[in-house]
Order: sequence, then structure tokens, then C-alpha cells
Amino acid sequence: MKQKLYQTVDAAVADVPSGARIFFGGFGGAGFPNNLIQALDRQGASGLTAITNNCGSGDGELGILFKHGRIRSVIASFPGPHARHFQELYTAGKISLELVPQGILCERIRAAGAGIYGFYAAVGAGTAVAEGREERVFGGRRTVFYEPLAAEFAFIKAWKADELGNLIYRKTARNFNPLMAVAAKTTIVEVEEVVPVGSIDPEAVVTPFVFVHRIVRAKGIHNVVKA
Amino acid sequence: MSSKPKLTREQVAARAALELHDGDCVNLGWGIPNLVSNFVPSEITVFFHSENGILGMGPRAKAGEEDYDVVDAMKVPVTVIPGASYFDQGTAHLMARGGHLDVSMLGGLQVAENGDFANWKIPGTKGSGGIGGAMDIATGARRLIVCMEHVTKEGAPKLVRRCTYPLTALACVHRVVTDLAVVDVTPEGFLLQEVAPGWTPQEVQQHTEARFIVRGDVPEIKRSGR
Repeated sequence: MKQKLYQTVDAAVADVPSGARIFFGGFGGAGFPNNLIQALDRQGASGLTAITNNCGSGDGELGILFKHGRIRSVIASFPGPHARHFQELYTAGKISLELVPQGILCERIRAAGAGIYGFYAAVGAGTAVAEGREERVFGGRRTVFYEPLAAEFAFIKAWKADELGNLIYRKTARNFNPLMAVAAKTTIVEVEEVVPVGSIDPEAVVTPFVFVHRIVRAKGIHNVVKA
Repeated sequence: MSSKPKLTREQVAARAALELHDGDCVNLGWGIPNLVSNFVPSEITVFFHSENGILGMGPRAKAGEEDYDVVDAMKVPVTVIPGASYFDQGTAHLMARGGHLDVSMLGGLQVAENGDFANWKIPGTKGSGGIGGAMDIATGARRLIVCMEHVTKEGAPKLVRRCTYPLTALACVHRVVTDLAVVDVTPEGFLLQEVAPGWTPQEVQQHTEARFIVRGDVPEIKRSGR
């Protein structure tokens, strides 16, 4: 059976090439794969496309990757006023940004994982989001077409994994992580704890192992956000 | 411009809380709506929804008891109440966009008399701006109540004929609660329901770009019975 467990976060991200397209889980300081992000920064890949809800807080979360110029392009819902390094690059015109409504971001990712080639939703109709997109009217309501959003890698954070890669999450640290897990060629998860196969109740598994390719244990880092 | 006192942000939130009923599932956005949970009458239970995956969100966590894996959409550590559940962000937005929540309350920059809504970007401001969950929540709301100041800091009306700021969603607002009035969006335009104590409908109209419909005597903004 394929061994998915990696001994270090650096080993887990060693083959991420420059120019890669990567999902990053996390919301509001919870559920960010901070150890993987920092390992990627050490590894030095650049010209990356980041698909994420937000763009870090100071040097925290994705902040360090923007600070060191690793990311060229962003698809995000709410980059955030505290994403200082991103905002500097954006204002200087050094980074491209596609803003996506948050729930549509979720569904575009889910669609990519589910073999769905796009969908129509009323969200965004008549707004800047619809510019350049196909519109159709269903039942008298204007809708906008959204294509799926896939990536080569997903960097996610879970609470526990078994050695196969079945995952459970902790409270609101779940957020985007299970969605992103299904839509990447290579899903890399950092977890607080790795447990033997059979010790997670099958009823409790949130992400089944088929979606998980690499597991690495790392003590979680919370970048506490001051509201 | 009248210098009469307006409602405080807390008073606007307290008025908005009167819109909630026992058992309602409710999303509260940034700004004044974030204060509304402080004014829910103790005899009813409201299940607050958070876009990052909570139904049944309770008060903010006490100092020293924070769990940074339990945060609200403003990234503040919170608690949960009995009956709560956690789920992923996609399911959270499915609830909002699919019309499964009873009420959503959002802060606003402009509301137009046809119910169009702008709340995510002020033209000309620096930085990227951000949409977040607002478009999904506004588009799918069964009942969308916007809570905001009646005019901007510069005194410009926020209840307008047509939105000039980037739109969040088309024709989605049902009611607006401001520091001067409670206004409903109707097929005929804004219907003035209540005015702040000491204000006349004519005075509130002077702070409003769109024309109000006024039917009979307009009562004062309701206060909580508590």
C-alpha cells in the first residue's frame, strides 16, 4: 500500500514547482496549514497562483509568501485589509487578483472535484463579478455561469488523520479544507495527530482517504487575528 | 441638516433584534448587525449562522476561554449553544444562498428604492476590496434586513434612487433599519414605516435621496419591551 506519511513538512512540499497553482485552506485564523505554508516559503518556489479565501494577516498565514514575492496571481474572496504584503503588491500592480464571491468559490472548487463542468447561479448577476461571463435567465431570474476551479496542489489543515488519510477536523477549522481536498491533483494535509487505521469512527470521517495524498504531522500554529 | 439626535448603533441593533422570532436561523454580517445578538430577548432562542461553518453560534468567548478553532466571520473567538453544528464553508453558503435561513442582516453602503444593494466597495478607496460572503448571503436571503447609518459620515444619503457604488446583489433588500427610520422596499418604492423619536417624516426625507411613500401617521421607531 502506498505510504502517505511524510516525516517533515519540508519533505511534503519539496516537489512543488515554480508556477504551481495551489489551494490554501483556512478562514479567520482557524484551519490554516501554516506549517506547510512556511515550508513552501523555505523551499522557494515562485510564480505561484494562490486560491484562497484571504491573503494573510501581516507575515502570518499566506503573508510570508507575499512578503517574499512567491505568489504572482491570486483567486480569492476576501483578501483582507490586514493582508499588508498582498495589498502593497496589489497597489503596485505586481500581482493579479480575481475576486470571487465566497460561496461561489466553494462551489467552483467542489465542481472541479466532482467532474462538473460549471454551473449557473444568481450570485453576482448585475455586479462586477459577472463581467465577461455568460448570463442566462432561469425562471425569470438572471444567473451567471461559473466554471470549475482546480489546482495542482491543495495545502490543507485537519485535526486528525489515520495512516490512510481519513480526516476529521476541529470546529470552525474545517472551513474550506474538505472542499479543497477533493479538487487538487495532490492534496497535502498537516494534522495535529496521526492515529492508527480503524481508530476513527467511519461515521465521523469528514474527508475520506481517497482525496488525501500526503500526510504530515505538525503542531498547529494559530496566527491570532486581532479584530 | 438637522442636528437632532439620531439613534445610536446599539439602538439600531436593538430595533433590528425585534425582527427575530423564536427558532429563527439568522446570519448577521459586519457592522451594526454584529451587535444585534446582544439584544435578542432572553425568552426566545435564535440560531445564529456563521459563514465559516456554525449554526447555533453563541456569545463571544470570555477572556481566557478562547478557542481559536471557534471563530465567527469577523475572526473573533465565539462560543456555541446547545443544538449547534459545525460544517464546511460550502455547506454554510448552501444554507445562505439556497434560502434556508429565515433572516439575514447585513451592513450597507447604499440601498436603492428597487432593493438593489451595495455594501462591499467604496469607489476610489485604496486596496483590493473584498466580496467575502456578502453576495451569496444577499442573493439567497429569504428576508434581507440592512442595518446602517441613514447618511454617510459626509452627510450623503445612503437610501438612493439607484446605487452608484459597486453592487452586491440586485433587488434583494426587504427592510432597512437606520438611525433615522425603518423603511420597507416595496414594488412602488421605499415605504416609510417608522421614524426616530423627535423626527418628522419630512425631516427624514431631507436626508434621503429616494422619495418615501408615506401612508398616514408614521410611528416612532419601536423599542424593545425589556
